[in-house]
Amino acid sequence: MAFASLRSLRPAILSNPLPKGPHFGIVAEFGTPADLYHACERVRDAGFTRWDAHTPFPVHGLEGAMGLRRSPLPWIVLVMGLTGATLGFGLQWWVHAKAYPLVISGKPYFSWPAFIPITFELGVLFAALGAVLGMLGLNRLPMHYHPLFRSKVFERVTDDAFFISIESWDPRFDAAATPKLLESLGARSVELLES
Amino acid sequence: MTERERVTLRPEQASIPPDHPWNRLPMIGAGGALVGAAGCAILGAGNPRQFFFSWLVSFLFFLSLALGGLFFVLIQYAAQGSWGIVVRRIGETIFTTIPGMALLFVPLLFGIHDLYEWAHPGAADHDALLRWKAPFLNVPFFLLRAAIYFAAWSAIAILYYRGSRRQDTSGDPATSARLRKFAGPAIIVMALTQSFAAIDWIMSLTPHWYSTMFGVYFFAGSFVGFIALLSVMAAAMQRARLLDTIITAEHLHDLGKFLFAFTAFWAYIAFSQFFLMWYANLPEETIWYKARLAGSWKLVSLLLMAGHFGIPFFYLMGRAVKRRASTLAIGGVWILAMHFVDLYWQVMPTLHPEGVRPSVLDVAAFLAVGGCFVGAVTWLMRRQALVPLRDPRLPESLAFENA
Repeated sequence: MAFASLRSLRPAILSNPLPKGPHFGIVAEFGTPADLYHACERVRDAGFTRWDAHTPFPVHGLEGAMGLRRSPLPWIVLVMGLTGATLGFGLQWWVHAKAYPLVISGKPYFSWPAFIPITFELGVLFAALGAVLGMLGLNRLPMHYHPLFRSKVFERVTDDAFFISIESWDPRFDAAATPKLLESLGARSVELLES
Repeated sequence: MTERERVTLRPEQASIPPDHPWNRLPMIGAGGALVGAAGCAILGAGNPRQFFFSWLVSFLFFLSLALGGLFFVLIQYAAQGSWGIVVRRIGETIFTTIPGMALLFVPLLFGIHDLYEWAHPGAADHDALLRWKAPFLNVPFFLLRAAIYFAAWSAIAILYYRGSRRQDTSGDPATSARLRKFAGPAIIVMALTQSFAAIDWIMSLTPHWYSTMFGVYFFAGSFVGFIALLSVMAAAMQRARLLDTIITAEHLHDLGKFLFAFTAFWAYIAFSQFFLMWYANLPEETIWYKARLAGSWKLVSLLLMAGHFGIPFFYLMGRAVKRRASTLAIGGVWILAMHFVDLYWQVMPTLHPEGVRPSVLDVAAFLAVGGCFVGAVTWLMRRQALVPLRDPRLPESLAFENA
């Protein structure tokens, strides 16, 4: 969960996610989830905004330690679900009552109970698509390249190591002071990454 | 985990303090029951048919809540859920009223002939369908089945209540393992007996009609009703400063999710039952809905659509609503009211096919049965810990957080 998906939300979703400048930022390695958790709390309290935590598995409560706002995904799902249900109902009403009225088993043209199953299914379908595509979009996925992958140490993020990355375009980022801060929080190693 | 394992509760943290206002609730319940019973006796003497139907609705309402509670606890054991341990004792207290419910069933025995057309002497003589159903729908077998239902429910209820209470002192994890082993078979027994009880007591009010979904429909209503009651009780206990540090927003959130999910489940089952009959349009199936789509009963049908599904579905969708005790309680009270309307709508058109005819006896019967129910539940709550103190999963439940 925390891997890649917990990137804090930026106002312009479709803008270029990568910082401009010689450095992408820094990546710091932590040995245990607890170290990472407490380091995240300190980074959050220090006022950083363009940063992320990366773990091999979901770490309980990390979003709180990082100070992440709640995702807008539920609203996307709701709007998509209602859109799907409306479209499904509207299509059936248009076909059966307006465009091509047929008497089916002696029922009125506009027999709304018969429309409910498809309305329900389309609502669910659109909501599910909204959830999957919305999640991908909010996470800016698929993303084929990311400067973090230049780091050799970072490869262990899917194995047994825990990372904090702070991007250079964070207003509080300082190429000299920020690595020191992370080291003081217990980082095993801190690496400056090029763009 | 070691840090969590050390979290334990002292009994005084999880019981009603001696000077707490909730200590008066058993007396208030008993008072309500007496007033209701007096009302039933005075008014019912002049209108026994109305009394029996009103009593049946209220009896089914409170019995269904207790049965929903038994199902809930059995599912908790079978699924080995940990989040719900802190609210399990409330469920256990509620379903322990089931043996007492057998006593409240007794008044209905005097009204079998008023309630059920098939029980009229000679009803089957000129009615081929009733004659064909007579081997099942006859008074002795009806009574025998009722005895079997109550025996099965009471046995399961007592087994689980006793086991859980004993664990409070023994702390023996083997109790949990044993009760888990019985939970699967008990769920099967519950599903069968509850379905047949719904067929006997509600469906056979219209003896020519049948629905193969009726048992599930009754279960859906009883389960969502119980979750609503549990949510209301958890919220009320927060306000009364009972378990207010033990039941957290995380537990309320999960109760809210259950309430939301089973609101949708009820609607799914209710609509499926209606839809197939409406679509096929066979007279022997549509007769039940025809009575409920005529006159003022149609308004009740629409009220159920909007009130038992539409409004609570959107109300309970959001996260914040489920996590706050006050907003969750509003949803719970609403669903409970709709569950009552649902049962009323199932039973009453048999007595008043011409339209909705509310009666003072409805109120009196509700007070009488409800007073007994509230009195019994709160009386039990005074005598016991309000959470299973030494359940092996309690620490997990206390520390539970929604991801």
